[in-house]
Amino acid sequence: MENVSFEECHRGSFVKLEDATIAYGGTGSALALSETSMSIRKGEFVAIVGPSGCGKSSLLKLVSGLHPAQKGSVTVAGRKVGGPLNICGMAFQNSTLLPWRTTLENVLLPLEIVEPHAARFRQQRTLYEDLARALIATVGLSGFEDAYPWQLSGGMQQRTSLCRSLIHSPEMLLLDEPFGALDPFTREELWDVLQDLWLKKRPTVILVTHDLREAIYLADTVYIFSPRPGRILSRTEIDLPRPRQLQHTYAPHFMEMTHALREQIVSGSRK
Amino acid sequence: MTKVWIKRSLPWLVVIGSLGLWQLTCTVLQIQSFILPDPIDVTAALMKFPKAIFINAMYTLFSTLTGFALAVAFGLALGLVVGASRTVYDGLYPIMIAFNSVPKVAIVPVLVIWFGIGVVPAIITAFAISFFPIVVNVATGLATIEPEMLDVMRVLGASKWKILVKIGIPRAMPFFFASLKVAITLAFVGSVVAETVASNAGIGNLMIAASARFDVPLIFAGLVVIAAMGVILYEFFAYLERRVTFWAVRENGMVS
Repeated sequence: MENVSFEECHRGSFVKLEDATIAYGGTGSALALSETSMSIRKGEFVAIVGPSGCGKSSLLKLVSGLHPAQKGSVTVAGRKVGGPLNICGMAFQNSTLLPWRTTLENVLLPLEIVEPHAARFRQQRTLYEDLARALIATVGLSGFEDAYPWQLSGGMQQRTSLCRSLIHSPEMLLLDEPFGALDPFTREELWDVLQDLWLKKRPTVILVTHDLREAIYLADTVYIFSPRPGRILSRTEIDLPRPRQLQHTYAPHFMEMTHALREQIVSGSRK
Repeated sequence: MTKVWIKRSLPWLVVIGSLGLWQLTCTVLQIQSFILPDPIDVTAALMKFPKAIFINAMYTLFSTLTGFALAVAFGLALGLVVGASRTVYDGLYPIMIAFNSVPKVAIVPVLVIWFGIGVVPAIITAFAISFFPIVVNVATGLATIEPEMLDVMRVLGASKWKILVKIGIPRAMPFFFASLKVAITLAFVGSVVAETVASNAGIGNLMIAASARFDVPLIFAGLVVIAAMGVILYEFFAYLERRVTFWAVRENGMVS
């Protein structure tokens, strides 16, 4: 554990990357992420956008402690990240639900693992089940608690996956293109589901996405990454009022922002 | 409605058709009963010694199931270890392949020297021949867990043990049950082979005794009994598989 300066605590930096570098296959090989520094406030919703293979997913692995940094350091909640943290929830493009578990049982999974819930899971199962049912209801999946993942549509699976990543009230939510495989209508519906959940629980969110509209609609801060090796090209604060509404995405102001950020990605790729 | 009826009756129709073809071939070509007995001769042989056949069948069934049970316990345990640890996998695989490449008939004489004539060589041969597919399948089930699934667990701070219990073992179950269906039929091969060489009882021994007397219909009766027991046990494990791992055997799953 490393001490955090008073100043950093005061600024409220929850996640802090300093010159973090990731190379796959050891040093000397291709860099996935190159000397990236960023600071994320507690409760901030951050979106990371960039072309394929720009190290966006690597960044999530770094922050969650799944992959170590070759160089630089990562600090989360005042502690230097050395291994997996258990304050995270994670969701992927592929819902990764367990096919032998029902929706309810899938959502309960983190509670069987994360302490202090795991120790008292057996005694308080009904209590936890009520908690899970309530969460399932907020994403509009009531009535499907006992369905198996393969009986659900792609959108419903992603809703379940979101519930699973949030059931243990993690301080940090890491989302790796969670809506990437969905049709546009379902995707936009789930933007609102995610926004509602975030407004209610206020975890720190890092959302990796290809979709600029998605990033601007949901995030407080949008980072644009360059192609491999990934570097931050720009940082843009989105000052739209919350809760944001879908019709706002068609407003001229929103369109302008989308185009401006798009330009940065395109010109960044050309270099 | 009619489709279900066809699906149910098709296996029986194929069996009856094959028997009919067999009978027809023997009758038309006038094949002698001591070369290829027809189904009527075989049935007659079955009816002639029902008690002897039943006792010997139970004996074979006992050694097969005992050897198979050992193979399940040992194969499941070894499969989980091999599948969960890359180091164990690398260390054990060559010797397992070597062991599996040895023809099991070849070890029966050694077993006779060690354990004498009787039930033990049959049990060990049944075990030796049927444990390998269980190990390989269980290990494959564990080794092919999606990396993202593991990430979800590791991010939550799950220990290796928790990952094995919550994901690994359930994930390996369809592979395990698939291997049981192969293993049970192999176990019959093992026990019967051992009985033909190293036993005073069992269907294998009955067939050797019958062949010494040129009682070819009785040899075939023995084959029929083994085949029937194999089918019944296979169906039993197929039923268990559908009950336990229904989530992996989805309806309309077959590419049609």
